[in-house]
Amino acid sequence: MGSARVVITGIGAVSPLGNSSSELWQGLCAGRCGIGRIGAFEPSGFTCRVAGEVKDFKIRDYIPKTLRKNTKLMSRDIELSIAAAKEALADAGFVTKANETGQVNMDSERTAIILGAGLISCDLVELGPAIAASATDGKFDIRKWGKDGLELVTPLWLLKYLPNMLACHIGIIHDIQGPSNTITCAESSGLLAISEARDIIARGDSDAALTGAAEAKVNPIVMIRQMLLKRATSGYNDEPDKASRPFDAQAKGSVFGEGAGMVVLENLERAEARGAKVYAEIVGTGESNNINAEYERLEADGKGLQVAMEKALSDAGIGPEQLDLVIPHGTGIPRDDIAESKALEAVLGSGIKNIPVFPTKSMVSNTGAASGAIDVIAAVCAMRDGKIPAAKNCDSPAKGCNLNIVKEQIEKEIKYALCCSYTYGGQVAAIVLKKYEQ
Amino acid sequence: MITGLGLVCPMGNDVETVWQGMLAGKNGFNKTTIFDASTFPSQFCAEVKDYDLSKYTKNPELHKHSNRGSGFVIGATVEACKQAKIDIETERPGDGIDRRRMGIYLGAGEGSVDNDAFFDAVVKAWDVNSNQMNWDKWAQVAFGKMTAMRELEQEPNMPAAHVAMLTGARGPTRSCLTACAASTQAAGEAMMMIRKGAADVMIAGGAHSMIHPLGITGFCRLTALSTRNDSIETASRPFTASRDGFVIGEGGAVLILESLEHAKKRGAKILAEVIGYGSSSDAFRVTDMHEDARGAIQSLEAALKDSGLSYSQVDYISTHGTSTSENDAIETKAIKAVFKDKAKSIPASSVKSMMGHLIGATGAAELITCVLAIRDNIVPPTMNLNDPDPALDLDYVPNKPRRCKVDIAVNESFGFGGQNDVVIIRRFEE
Repeated sequence: MGSARVVITGIGAVSPLGNSSSELWQGLCAGRCGIGRIGAFEPSGFTCRVAGEVKDFKIRDYIPKTLRKNTKLMSRDIELSIAAAKEALADAGFVTKANETGQVNMDSERTAIILGAGLISCDLVELGPAIAASATDGKFDIRKWGKDGLELVTPLWLLKYLPNMLACHIGIIHDIQGPSNTITCAESSGLLAISEARDIIARGDSDAALTGAAEAKVNPIVMIRQMLLKRATSGYNDEPDKASRPFDAQAKGSVFGEGAGMVVLENLERAEARGAKVYAEIVGTGESNNINAEYERLEADGKGLQVAMEKALSDAGIGPEQLDLVIPHGTGIPRDDIAESKALEAVLGSGIKNIPVFPTKSMVSNTGAASGAIDVIAAVCAMRDGKIPAAKNCDSPAKGCNLNIVKEQIEKEIKYALCCSYTYGGQVAAIVLKKYEQ
Repeated sequence: MITGLGLVCPMGNDVETVWQGMLAGKNGFNKTTIFDASTFPSQFCAEVKDYDLSKYTKNPELHKHSNRGSGFVIGATVEACKQAKIDIETERPGDGIDRRRMGIYLGAGEGSVDNDAFFDAVVKAWDVNSNQMNWDKWAQVAFGKMTAMRELEQEPNMPAAHVAMLTGARGPTRSCLTACAASTQAAGEAMMMIRKGAADVMIAGGAHSMIHPLGITGFCRLTALSTRNDSIETASRPFTASRDGFVIGEGGAVLILESLEHAKKRGAKILAEVIGYGSSSDAFRVTDMHEDARGAIQSLEAALKDSGLSYSQVDYISTHGTSTSENDAIETKAIKAVFKDKAKSIPASSVKSMMGHLIGATGAAELITCVLAIRDNIVPPTMNLNDPDPALDLDYVPNKPRRCKVDIAVNESFGFGGQNDVVIIRRFEE
């Protein structure tokens, strides 16, 4: 079993703060908020009417001409992932089959693609005519559907909604033939995918990997699910800028959104040999479970999350006091924020008072599967620039949240950063990043 | 090491029943009863029958909202844990396993939508004249009919949540969904988790049911399902000239993987050893497998390399063998390319001819049959193989099981979208 060192050499993001990783980072540094009234559908009948949406996005801009016909087979999740993947690969200096010029310099068979994806919900408008044609006396008639409605569904319909289709399309566009997987652990998918990609390179099955996650949650079915679960915010419909408030006393739930975060991981020796710029090393990963009869909530003491973070630190071989930055999951769901805060207290010990904690969802929104990957990119940018932006909407800490949330921008060297994610359903993941030094 | 097996599938709700059924050439096919499919192009499937979750768990309340896939994997986990002597549903397990080092890796699918609420909301809110949705109306109906738990249980990570609840596992937990390859991939990555040293025990497997109106619609539109409605029992006919698609099934399958040292320390009985895993991506077309079987070949070669074996040492190949025109032809090509001079003499059968295609759960279910093939030195048959496709000329073990020495078995799974996964197991010898 090999144990090669694994580094990040490329980043790419599409988020409510903009359609590149630099816009994401600039937005975070400027305290911009990507959350607004929902535009994807008319939300007036919904209890939550705010979300983080990606703006001015055209998939045609990201697809080689020869593959444009494939856009018909793409759900929004797939589209966003393709754009972020393109940026990450280019940022890593990889010329792939998708490039119109230049010599391909990525080894297809030695590159893995390990992505996180959400449960992709179908487009109800697309199904509308077929379902309407299957009604008898105002009621859905399954026999009529089997006979008439079904025929109105486009033949390749199913393929738009399989979560592994993100990796499928990106693999085709860039000719990535190595190990391929799609992690579907809801809001922990991004960090888990990055952890698995690291494992694959560490054990020598690939030299490089495109990894990260994407999810588009601004869909009526996805949104209503979060409302029914009482996870979506129940307030701030007229003040979208203030709606997402991680660890804040005035928080009323999470604000969901859409986005994609992709990173290129590489075997350190390979990256150095080709002279790639190296952002950071992944030095520790930890994974565990929350076990709670209320499947949609963290355990009150955040035990599973604590276990994962302890494992990640132990894997990294560092103590909590060595952390310079923590990016928590921080959803703005009051009970979950308190549980996460307790887990962090247990892990950080006395460091809880001074280790800077920077939640991103107040600006980016909760992009589900993508959120962990987006946070890793934020951590990488913070390391690169030696800067932690001020948190937003964390004005007065909720009772039980005793974190050192960044109030004003900090400028200092960041050597180690910890990102963690949890999800309804229980899977938790934590990653420790280390600034790269030659 | 594999120290426990559990299976709930259309041929039975425990490992031995399923295995004896396969050796007797039975099948699990039936006219669809889960919903009224009488007007669908494909009106049959392979359903799990007479399954009662409360027989498996002391706390059915904790799992009462589970989707079909979650429900089945709970039963499979209970069976596998019993065989592996893992204590479940207890605060104080006495099995000597550190829960922080017991993980879960499932290849698990999404649950069905809440059909009544889902369709009704669209019927009521769709404006036929303008061809637009009235979202106010939709929200009104949906808020009235949909329930939080029914919605939550559609998430593909929920089967793993139920397994964690049942077993108390606090180790690394991942769930993947690479279509039909998912649970072979899960078993492979779970083995890697143990090799890496991040876990002592992994509960690996799959859970899925796509036997619901939208799932069947999707596959019917792709023309992936057999439409042999008047000959249900012979509809799954891999490698024949008359194959016309797969028969969709459902199920839950679990293998307990464990490091050798840990299994010995606990005195767990070792059933077989996982020795190789390979994964690849076709990167070819959204709709088709690579015409030269490039991805399939790469995953087979990667798994062989990982196992340190030569192709000539393999005794049995459990094929993906879906009974679709494309898969069976390309899979045959891949086997010929990888197993060269031995390709025609290694038995290569498809249990999907009896069990159906369990989609995300299929790979783990088939891997279980590989363990049993090694245990009993017997290879399960490919049933309904009466009119061989002249272009497909491997030894598919037609219609009768075969007694032969099986020490090393290869399990192949290829998913829609070009994900290919192969796991190799071997008889355990001290």
